[in-house]
Amino acid sequence: MDLSAINPLILVASLMVAATPILLAAIGELVVEKAGILNLGVEGMMITGAICGFAIAVETGSPFWGFIAAAVGGALLSLVFAFLTQYLLSNQVATGLALTLFGLGLSSLLGQKYMGVKPPSTSKLDIPFLSDIPGIGRVLFQHDPMVYFSIALIAAVWLMLKYSRIGLVLRAVGENHDAAHALGYKVVRIRIGAIAFGGACAGLGGAYLSLIRVPQWTEGMTAGAGWIALAIVVFASWRPWRILMGAYLFGGVTVLQLNLQAAGLAIPVEYLSMSPYLITIIVLVIINRSTQSAPAELGQVFHASH
Amino acid sequence: MNIKSILTGAVVALGVAGAAFAQDKPKIGFVYVGPIGDGGWTYHHNEGRLAVEEHFGDAVETTFIESVPEGADAERVLTQMALSGHDLIFTTSFGYMDPTINVAAKFPNVKFEHATGYKTADNVSIYSARFYEGRAVTGLLAGHMTKANKIGYIASFPIPEVIRGINASFIHAKKANPDVEMSVVWVYTWFDPAKEGDATQALLDQGVDVILAHTDSTAPLTILEAAGGYGFGQAADMEQFAPAPRVSSIIDNWAPYYIERTQAILDGNWTSVSTWNGIASGMVEIGEISDAVPAAAKAEAEALRDAIISGEYHPFTGPLNKQDGSVWLADGEVADDGTLAGMGFYVEGISGNVPN
Amino acid sequence: MLRLEKRPSPSKMWTALTPILAVILTMIAGGVLFWILGKDPVEAIRTIFWDPLFHEDFAAYSRPQLLVKAGPLILIAVGLSLGFRAGIWNIGAEGQYIIGAICGAAVGLAFYPSESFLIFPAMVIAGALGGWAWAMIPGILRTRFNTNEILVSLLLVYVAEQLLASMSLGLLRNPEGRGFPGSRNFRDFPAAHNGEIFANTGMHWGVVAAFIAVIFVYILLSRHILGFQIRVAGQSPKAARFAGVNPNRLILFCLGTSGALAGLAGLFEVSGPAGQISIDFNSGYGFTAIIVAFLGRLNPIGILLAGLLMALTYIGGELAQLMLGLPSAAIQAFQGMLLFFLLAVDVLSNYRIKFSRSEGA
Repeated sequence: MDLSAINPLILVASLMVAATPILLAAIGELVVEKAGILNLGVEGMMITGAICGFAIAVETGSPFWGFIAAAVGGALLSLVFAFLTQYLLSNQVATGLALTLFGLGLSSLLGQKYMGVKPPSTSKLDIPFLSDIPGIGRVLFQHDPMVYFSIALIAAVWLMLKYSRIGLVLRAVGENHDAAHALGYKVVRIRIGAIAFGGACAGLGGAYLSLIRVPQWTEGMTAGAGWIALAIVVFASWRPWRILMGAYLFGGVTVLQLNLQAAGLAIPVEYLSMSPYLITIIVLVIINRSTQSAPAELGQVFHASH
Repeated sequence: MNIKSILTGAVVALGVAGAAFAQDKPKIGFVYVGPIGDGGWTYHHNEGRLAVEEHFGDAVETTFIESVPEGADAERVLTQMALSGHDLIFTTSFGYMDPTINVAAKFPNVKFEHATGYKTADNVSIYSARFYEGRAVTGLLAGHMTKANKIGYIASFPIPEVIRGINASFIHAKKANPDVEMSVVWVYTWFDPAKEGDATQALLDQGVDVILAHTDSTAPLTILEAAGGYGFGQAADMEQFAPAPRVSSIIDNWAPYYIERTQAILDGNWTSVSTWNGIASGMVEIGEISDAVPAAAKAEAEALRDAIISGEYHPFTGPLNKQDGSVWLADGEVADDGTLAGMGFYVEGISGNVPN
Repeated sequence: MLRLEKRPSPSKMWTALTPILAVILTMIAGGVLFWILGKDPVEAIRTIFWDPLFHEDFAAYSRPQLLVKAGPLILIAVGLSLGFRAGIWNIGAEGQYIIGAICGAAVGLAFYPSESFLIFPAMVIAGALGGWAWAMIPGILRTRFNTNEILVSLLLVYVAEQLLASMSLGLLRNPEGRGFPGSRNFRDFPAAHNGEIFANTGMHWGVVAAFIAVIFVYILLSRHILGFQIRVAGQSPKAARFAGVNPNRLILFCLGTSGALAGLAGLFEVSGPAGQISIDFNSGYGFTAIIVAFLGRLNPIGILLAGLLMALTYIGGELAQLMLGLPSAAIQAFQGMLLFFLLAVDVLSNYRIKFSRSEGA
């Protein structure tokens, strides 16, 4: 096979864009899961964010307010999940799935007016001098602001979890909620905060799709990205920088298989389309052999009995 | 802007009248495979339905059910439509073929119209569009517009409809530009804006500068708009991207057919027919060729379109060889509809293989 | 302020009452949604919940259809409930459903057009084995490599979908189908067709299998040592270890059983109501069944009722689109609400609400 037709630098530039929605959603879900909550409603929150962001960006003419609205919309929807699981102690798996179903329906209802509308465009951030560096200039320094924001968010979450008191408390709540409760931490409040953060991130990821990557609104446009984000959290064994790696790897395989086809290489398409999922499974197996670091009480109901 | 105004606005936009349940006027039902908001296939069938409402006013009533999965669900939905007193039911996806035939057998007094299939009955018509005629025109334009001599084709599934489109595009791109090469990317979906966008980017990264899409979203055009290059409206005119990157378009226009068939119900002379219409009937439309296209190329494309309409030219006219070099059509020979309907091979000059 | 106090065991009364309460709450909230959309809320609710059962034109047809729609949901959900009770999360039933359908259909189609009465049983076995094998992948990865089964089973859904597309375009494509995707229709292949056992009842072998599975799982959970182990493992993994439960065997059993039942559901669906393998053959039964399992409180009888309720909202939802012009998105949101309320009111069966003056938790 002649791989010389694929320019790796251009590939990297493309995959960074392709991976950003799942990257944003995944880092949010990581914080949620660190707090011991499994929210399977990422897809529903993403698509809700996609339409909220799109609608507000169109109405105000500003992508910035669009992204703010997407974060708020995703967070509001996630609070439904928070209320049910934290106050009414419902099962998290089922509630998350219901959230996805509801979010898909709600977003279609909200979006009917925005079919075929063009959103305001988001300008790219051409970093002076750096973006002119031959080769890596285009790869690293010619993206839209959200690509950098998503990477900064990874760094922020990493710092928060590793060095801050909030991070410590969050992890304590996820590892042993009874002990955390005994120490006087407000388990429920902390978890609700984490869930809302996850919702906001998922909303941003959805809006990245509807405002930048595809720029348009269509029903069901997330097309499963939320599920991939969930997979990437586990793939990353709940470590922020590995989220970046996982999302870029997944985005990379997706983009690579399209590039191989475009370059006219004879490859069995249908098997290549499976490859991102199969490779993710294989890496899951390899990584999990060395480390197993799921929060101890992921998905467990917390009920303070005293 | 409050939620209620958005929602009610949306409903008004749908144009769905309330629950009036008059038994006397004909009821026309539509079954859609996607949501009417998909902006592509289903959206255009629904536009056809709205045109029927507008044309006949209160004389007919139309209903629809969207996002109906093919298979068992389709059969149930069709039966419920037949039970609720519909006179004519349009089933607008290939996968509804067997369910349509099955339900039609149980309700001989209800008329059915199935899109893109091949099974008919006394009360089942079939209809489809010769999109390949439109693809001949857009292929010709693509051949003219490419500076890199490389055009790309985003293909959904390897079925005859799509393969016909690839062949028709390539044959006519080659007529405009003998040096042209075509890259085909199979995305295995009809509708996934993100994946269509990625495929567009992948083709651009490979040096392609004109892209034809056989998937329904506007994602390829939005990518082309940012990156440079040319493309075409697919299913819809997508005029918001004119004059560039959208230089022309292939438009699905089901309205004339739906109006004609509804009229037949009103007149009481509906009979089972097999319709495969092209540009001449208006079922396939070529969108305005934009000013980005040089005048000579535009004139050539319009002449090709007119020749197809008048019937003096068929997009699959020999000499044409199959991909392996064997002769398919001799000089002047025209492909028959049977071969076209089941087309599973590339013509000579296209690299790569049809999957499977 | 309000405080929740855990009941020693779930309240029998509330377990029975909460679903009714949830349906009433959904009707109110859904009515508001439909009113916002400019529809008559009472009429919309009546169309969804009443008409499929009692409308003079539809009911005779749609009542049996409830069984057809609910059959696969119940069959899959009953299998999933075993694992969910034990804390083993198979959320890839959709993939197992697809693979079961492919394997079963492939066996049948290989013998086309034979008339042997052995074909259908062979297909059933192949369907169950296919689903079982697909579920064994996350099972073995979990027991051998400690890989999270939620994610692997989910990722395999996407792989299965690609395989389905590939099969309906390639290996299993109907040779007389003029190049279109999709296999032969089993309706035209009587020996392999899973038709109605009694005309106009909706009863096909998949529905029968669903009822058998409900009874089987009920007995397993209440009478058999394995059922005891599942319950213990779900309540306390540590206690299970002391009770001599082999966690790996339990994982393989639960995943395997749920996979096999999902595979069976796929096979019965493809050879009966759906009729053929096609690119979009799967329509989300595997995911909806997860919801059904929880709505039924992971109890076999509850799942039976939840499956029927879910089927009712699908069929009623279609009628509401047809009669009232409600968009399908509104139906989807309505179903989401129903689930929210059902999950929310469940708190009443497991907890007692207390008023207390102290600030408590």
